[in-house]
Amino acid sequence: MSIAVPTRQPFFRRPRATSGLVSWLTTVDHKRIGILYGITAFVFFIIGGIEAILLRIQLARPENTFLNEETYNQLFTMHGVTMIFLVVMPMSAAFFNYLVPLMLGARDVAFPRLNAFSYWVFVLGGVFLFSSFFLGGAPDCGWFCYANQSTISGGHGVDYYALGLQILGVASLASAVNFIVTILNERAPGMTLMRMPVFVWMTLVVSFLLLFALPVIAIALFELGFDRLFGANYFNPAAGGDVLLWQHLFWLFGHPEVYILILPAMGIVSEVLPTFSRKPLFGYAAVVFSGIAIGFMGWGVWAHHMFTTGLGPVANTAFALSTMFIAVPTGVKIFNWMGTLWGGSIRFTTPMLFAIGFVAMFIIGGLSGVTHSIVPSDFQQQDTYYVVAHFHYVLFGGAIFGLFSGAYYWFPKVTGRMFSETLGKWHFWLMLIGFNLTFAPMHWLGMWGMARRHHSYEAGAGWGFWNLVETIGSFVIAISILIFMVNAVRSIARGKEAGADPWDARTLEWTIPSPPHHYNFAEIPTVHHRDEHWHRKYAEDEEGTPVPVVAGAQEHDEDAEEEHPEPHMPDPSYFPLLAASGMPFIGYGVIYKFWPVAILGLLLTLGGLFGWSLEPVAEEEH
Amino acid sequence: MTGEPCDTNRAVIRRPTRRFLRMAVFTAALAGVLAACTRDYPYNSLAPAGPVAEKQAGLFWLVFWIAAVVFVLVEGALVYALWRFRRRSTDDRPKQVHGNTRLEIAWTIIPALLLAGVAVPTVGTIFDLAESPPGAMRVEVVGHQWWWEIRYPDLQLVTANEVHIPTGEQVVFELTSKDVIHSFSVPRLAGKQDVVPGRTNTLNFSATEPGTYRGQCQEYCGLSHAYMRFRVIAHEPADFEAWVQSELAQAAAPEAGSLAEQVLPTCLACHSINGVEGPTGPPQTPAPDLTHIGSRQTIAAGKLPNTEDGMATWLRDPPAVKAGSKMPDYNLTEDEIDALVEYLRSLK
Repeated sequence: MSIAVPTRQPFFRRPRATSGLVSWLTTVDHKRIGILYGITAFVFFIIGGIEAILLRIQLARPENTFLNEETYNQLFTMHGVTMIFLVVMPMSAAFFNYLVPLMLGARDVAFPRLNAFSYWVFVLGGVFLFSSFFLGGAPDCGWFCYANQSTISGGHGVDYYALGLQILGVASLASAVNFIVTILNERAPGMTLMRMPVFVWMTLVVSFLLLFALPVIAIALFELGFDRLFGANYFNPAAGGDVLLWQHLFWLFGHPEVYILILPAMGIVSEVLPTFSRKPLFGYAAVVFSGIAIGFMGWGVWAHHMFTTGLGPVANTAFALSTMFIAVPTGVKIFNWMGTLWGGSIRFTTPMLFAIGFVAMFIIGGLSGVTHSIVPSDFQQQDTYYVVAHFHYVLFGGAIFGLFSGAYYWFPKVTGRMFSETLGKWHFWLMLIGFNLTFAPMHWLGMWGMARRHHSYEAGAGWGFWNLVETIGSFVIAISILIFMVNAVRSIARGKEAGADPWDARTLEWTIPSPPHHYNFAEIPTVHHRDEHWHRKYAEDEEGTPVPVVAGAQEHDEDAEEEHPEPHMPDPSYFPLLAASGMPFIGYGVIYKFWPVAILGLLLTLGGLFGWSLEPVAEEEH
Repeated sequence: MTGEPCDTNRAVIRRPTRRFLRMAVFTAALAGVLAACTRDYPYNSLAPAGPVAEKQAGLFWLVFWIAAVVFVLVEGALVYALWRFRRRSTDDRPKQVHGNTRLEIAWTIIPALLLAGVAVPTVGTIFDLAESPPGAMRVEVVGHQWWWEIRYPDLQLVTANEVHIPTGEQVVFELTSKDVIHSFSVPRLAGKQDVVPGRTNTLNFSATEPGTYRGQCQEYCGLSHAYMRFRVIAHEPADFEAWVQSELAQAAAPEAGSLAEQVLPTCLACHSINGVEGPTGPPQTPAPDLTHIGSRQTIAAGKLPNTEDGMATWLRDPPAVKAGSKMPDYNLTEDEIDALVEYLRSLK
């Protein structure tokens, strides 16, 4: 029986390309969007890495003059901004995008066009931010851009910071909404929340953190923009403003932000360790609840970034205590990961090496974080390289290692091919060694008083030798990344065919072909267990040892395909890209106070949103 | 020893000796590490020279050793697990253990207790360090881009980039900024407090022994953030009194008719010299006080040594020495520079 459909002629035909450039520009397929996020984030990773290498060359010797002060200040600012907003967050988004629908047994996210919109806003926001290098200078205020250095800084660099981050925030906010709805509404039948993979749980927690934290920085960035562009005085003490207001607002966002940065990698590690230990995740409920606990507690620690600003002993004590205690749920996760390894059958593939590396490095970063909570000692540690050591251990040794683990783990699923284990292991060991050479000495350099964000440092202060070691370490890291790139390209071209489940894994994405059909599942699976795929392959004997199920274990897609015709998937659309395209124009128009350009941007965005709402939901013909 | 069977009781190095050697190497390494950590590098927070820095270092070492033990235990368990449970055959299928509630409770409670234990001395020290002793000498520190204004309100003294204090006596530093946030950081004596425009923060500390203790700005404040250094110079109380007296003395004006006398009015538009009045009255723009510039250890907030060469380099082109310097290049001739250098170095 057909339903009467209004036969209004659409103003635009929906695009229908399935290959070629236009198909990528108009895609709403979560898998393609995930790939786009991943490649773009990786390009920014290389750029951010080059920024870091330049900084390390400058710091290789005392009183070096390789970079002048202006360039140095822009580079350390952009290295931080790039790595946080243009690498770790979008790389995590790449994984959310590709995997969450697959892990839930769904065909796409709840709002596919909003998903595409998030990606395009991200890319255009990143390009907008980087264009500042060519338009008078990049932001030079540090990634946290404290007022009122930020409000008096000359040129337009800080304006690009204020508007660029605002644009990027829109992308993440849209993404957060999308994933919350997808996870709550699109789970396959039988998949209760407590049967979801931990990676999906972490996506959910991160999405809620984004939802609540991004508005805070949006406010702060509006206030910064208004101070700089329209003569407001939020952060101008001479006119009754308060410079510390910026720090409170920034860190209220900023601390949940660091959990946004680490929880996805923790989710990845929670998937990789069980697969290569051949055991389920130890303490699933504890890992999930500690993730939620970290999400909540992360809101109560922000002023530990402000211990030296003179808040007073009562406030400092309160935040010291809250910061100490957030170590507890973090420790619970680490112990549960170790419990997963314990008694398992451990296979040291490249993704497993990176996951283990994550655990080992995060232990160090976590411990140094606890030392920061000791306020009187933090009066020494604050703004020294000790802090730089801490956050690189958790963000590089932690998040980046975790993301590489995921990249290797799901490479076969995304590309349909296996990568070279030899090159992968070279990558891992060189990166581990290079990383520790670069960042371990920063702990003692910091305690010896070497300050952050100093364009150069004095000779005779005991800092020269270890800085040289660190610079050498940074080059070792760079070589390891080159090896990764060679591995990726060669393996995509000529890697061995992977098949659906090369790792003997546990979750639903491994039940479908590699790469998946564009509709993911021919038949939406019914879920009876956590680790549904594993339970279809193995039953357990009385001692709990897995026993392969004899016949018909894997509900292979091909049988299902014969019974069900290819499902109709959401159509591609031009409008997410169109709506996103207006944002850089608005940005440029506001910065240079050239209103025609801003209005053009507004019209592009509004036009895009309008078309998006009005385009037909599905084409009648295919 | 050819042809003889290997006597296991006479292995090349006996087992107890091997164990002793291992302990010795380990202890030596540890001692070496500790010695390196506490070397008297000028900014070394682990080589404290005053009671505040000592308390801060003490807390650090307490938490460091606890963290080191945790590190060895946890990483050790990790490495052990990786070795013990490595896959030995493709059919190796371990028991599918899902968790252990007792373990979960244990490894939640034990870290919490450890942290609670550490919290006690931490909170005690937080409040201890926050107490300003009544009647202590006050020093006002005003941060500028990129130099430190130092005022002694009780002594009617103004100087720049050097803080002189008597040993053994707590001094109360009142910190503020005239422009952006800086941070007043002197690791060997007291750590740091931020210097925030629109607020006055307080830092209390004393130095145990006479000496020069280096300080630096530790909150990003613009182009020359790296070159905003200062020194805390502690004197025996008698020597401190002598310093105060010499600082109170006024400076002599340059010789009448000299080149220095002709150029100096330009300087006095911003710099103050106690005893020499500028043509336009007191300085309009704040700049370091120069009354006793000749007796300072460094100039340009620690960027240059206080020598003839150093001072001439600065006067020749200040923005080339410190990017963004508020003091412009006045295109002085070499003669003018020499004259100024001679005069300024006489202001001891």
